[in-house]
Amino acid sequence: MGVKLLLDKANVPEIRGYEVYRREGGYRSVEKALKEMNPESIVEEVKKSGLRGRGGAGFPTGMKWSFIAKPEGVPRHLVCNADESEPGTFKDRYLMEFLPHLLLEGLIVSSFALGANDTYIYIRGEYAWITDILEEAINEAKANGWLGKNILGTGFECNIYVHRGAGAYICGEETALIESLEGKRGNPRIKPPFPAIQGVWQRPTVVNNVETLAAIVPIINMGGEEYAKIGIGRSTGTKLISACGNINKPGVYEIDMTISVEEFIYSDEYCGGIKGGKQLKACIPGGSSVPILPANLLLKTATGETRYMNYESLSDGGFATGSMLGSGGFIVLDEDQCIVKNTLTLARFYRHESCGQCSPCREGTGWMEKILHKIEHGHGTIADIDLLWDIQRKIEGNTICPLGDAAAWPVAAAIRHFRDEFEWHINNPVLSQTSNFGLQHYADPIHVPA
Amino acid sequence: MTYTFNETQMAELNRLVAHYPEGKQKSALLPALHLAQDSFDGWLPTELMDYVASLLHIEPIEVYEVASFYSMFNLKPVGKFIFEVCQTGPCMISGSDDIIAYIQQQLAIKPGETTKDGVFTLKLVECLGACGYAPMMQVGKIFREHLTKEKVDSIIAEYRATVTK
Ligand SMILES: Cc1cc2nc3c(=O)[nH]c(=O)nc-3n(C[C@H](O)[C@H](O)[C@H](O)COP(=O)(O)O)c2cc1C
Ligand code: SF4
Ligand code: FES
Repeated sequence: MGVKLLLDKANVPEIRGYEVYRREGGYRSVEKALKEMNPESIVEEVKKSGLRGRGGAGFPTGMKWSFIAKPEGVPRHLVCNADESEPGTFKDRYLMEFLPHLLLEGLIVSSFALGANDTYIYIRGEYAWITDILEEAINEAKANGWLGKNILGTGFECNIYVHRGAGAYICGEETALIESLEGKRGNPRIKPPFPAIQGVWQRPTVVNNVETLAAIVPIINMGGEEYAKIGIGRSTGTKLISACGNINKPGVYEIDMTISVEEFIYSDEYCGGIKGGKQLKACIPGGSSVPILPANLLLKTATGETRYMNYESLSDGGFATGSMLGSGGFIVLDEDQCIVKNTLTLARFYRHESCGQCSPCREGTGWMEKILHKIEHGHGTIADIDLLWDIQRKIEGNTICPLGDAAAWPVAAAIRHFRDEFEWHINNPVLSQTSNFGLQHYADPIHVPA
Repeated sequence: MTYTFNETQMAELNRLVAHYPEGKQKSALLPALHLAQDSFDGWLPTELMDYVASLLHIEPIEVYEVASFYSMFNLKPVGKFIFEVCQTGPCMISGSDDIIAYIQQQLAIKPGETTKDGVFTLKLVECLGACGYAPMMQVGKIFREHLTKEKVDSIIAEYRATVTK
């Protein structure tokens, strides 16, 4: 069993309620932070911990916090990003559903560190029942003196509010989230100014992921240095991975980032192997936006090294032969899955979720879906593959927010690694409607395009 | 038709508005639209959006442009229960196509349609954050997960029973 820092108490009966949570040692980090530490020393601990944002981009949290502007007399805000809409990702949901007080505890300490008195949890609208769970937990925390005015007699005031979104993946992007929190359409803002200078209501704002903010609790309890000893290299601490697709045990797992991808997929402690004794074909290891990898490049890097479940190892080889840890949404595809169809559903997703502000993203996502639809349904031509490649290249890097890149990458990676499956679809328009390309040579060493 | 919140609904609106700083009551728009949609017929007619605008002291256009942006707000009448079935990659590779076809067959409607008796609407949606528990759909506030044909049958029967009572 690996180290568990977030989910170690997840199976304690009634841990969702305040009584049990507190009895199990909950809210100790608030006592320590408010009584023995000050905002600067908390930021220092977080820097030492090496914690990187768990929302997908992996930006160092301590550094992000140190950027927040502190103009005289202007309130600052912390916003917890619980929009969780990246296909394959369902870890924040698990944390909030079963350990709501852990998130609140992390939020109180983080608010104190940032000098924020009014903190918001922006939760995706579909998680309606979790909104109720969080509000119940907030009421309990308030009733027990952990929220409100003068917490622990220190004079610090903290209020936490839950703000429900209404169905829009783009609102997970931090500036779109801020617009949405202001009651507007979720159109990402042009940066700069960055939220740390002008965020919600033009006030300095930090946006962090649910898991990032929950991780503040063990960091304060054990100290940043101890936290940094877990894991490897710049992948410190533990990471929640939500595993789904064709595996025996889909679910949310807390891993320390030293285990290999192979162990994660095949050991009984985690995914428990491929369902039905089938073979692994491919995997999208960090949420739908990151490059898909064929089995061989997933388990080993292009140079034959074992691949591990951490930031560095998963991105080894860049986009040519690697992928990313991303949000931790781990999607496994078995030998029966069709790469063209899978890519089509993702292209449709990004077309649906594009906010429409930038033409490369708005038009490009639509075109990619149309062409993939054509190929999938037996009407494609070989030139369509090159056209797809051309479109994705013209989106990447040419848009206001990273959704454009997120839409381009899955298509690019599918073509890069599975081009012959696309060709097979096109050359066998009738057969491909009733049967799949299958594994073919995807378990063999793969030719890497320059 | 004109709409008015009852006392409980008004209290809930005031609780939501109080979450934001003075003068920033527009921030309560998304929560307020959820409240409005849930309080009446499950969708947002223009008159209802105008009512929300008046409550938040904003222009009606500010409400329309927001309501049309977010997928959870219905701008057309819907059935009493909406089956929102996820069709994105992880659900697709876990068998959502079969479930979608089965629901269409059982309810005799296509995606986007409502049954003649006005009880069910079928909607295909994108990832709802339940990929590990696929295939799945959202019905009202809750998720129905690990769907099989048998489970779909019993879910349909369950909701039917609540209206015939
Ligand atoms: C299209 C898009 C969707 C995103 N969705 C989420 C999300 O659902 N949850 C999240 O925490 N971050 C999401 N992000 C990343 C956020 O913009 C932001 O980087 C993150 O919340 C920062 O928190 P962290 O540093 O703690 O990871 C998304 C980014 C983009 C471009
Ligand atoms: S890249 Fe797409 S989602 Fe992002 S701002 Fe542009 S159009 Fe909107
Ligand atoms: S893909 Fe269906 S819930 Fe995520």
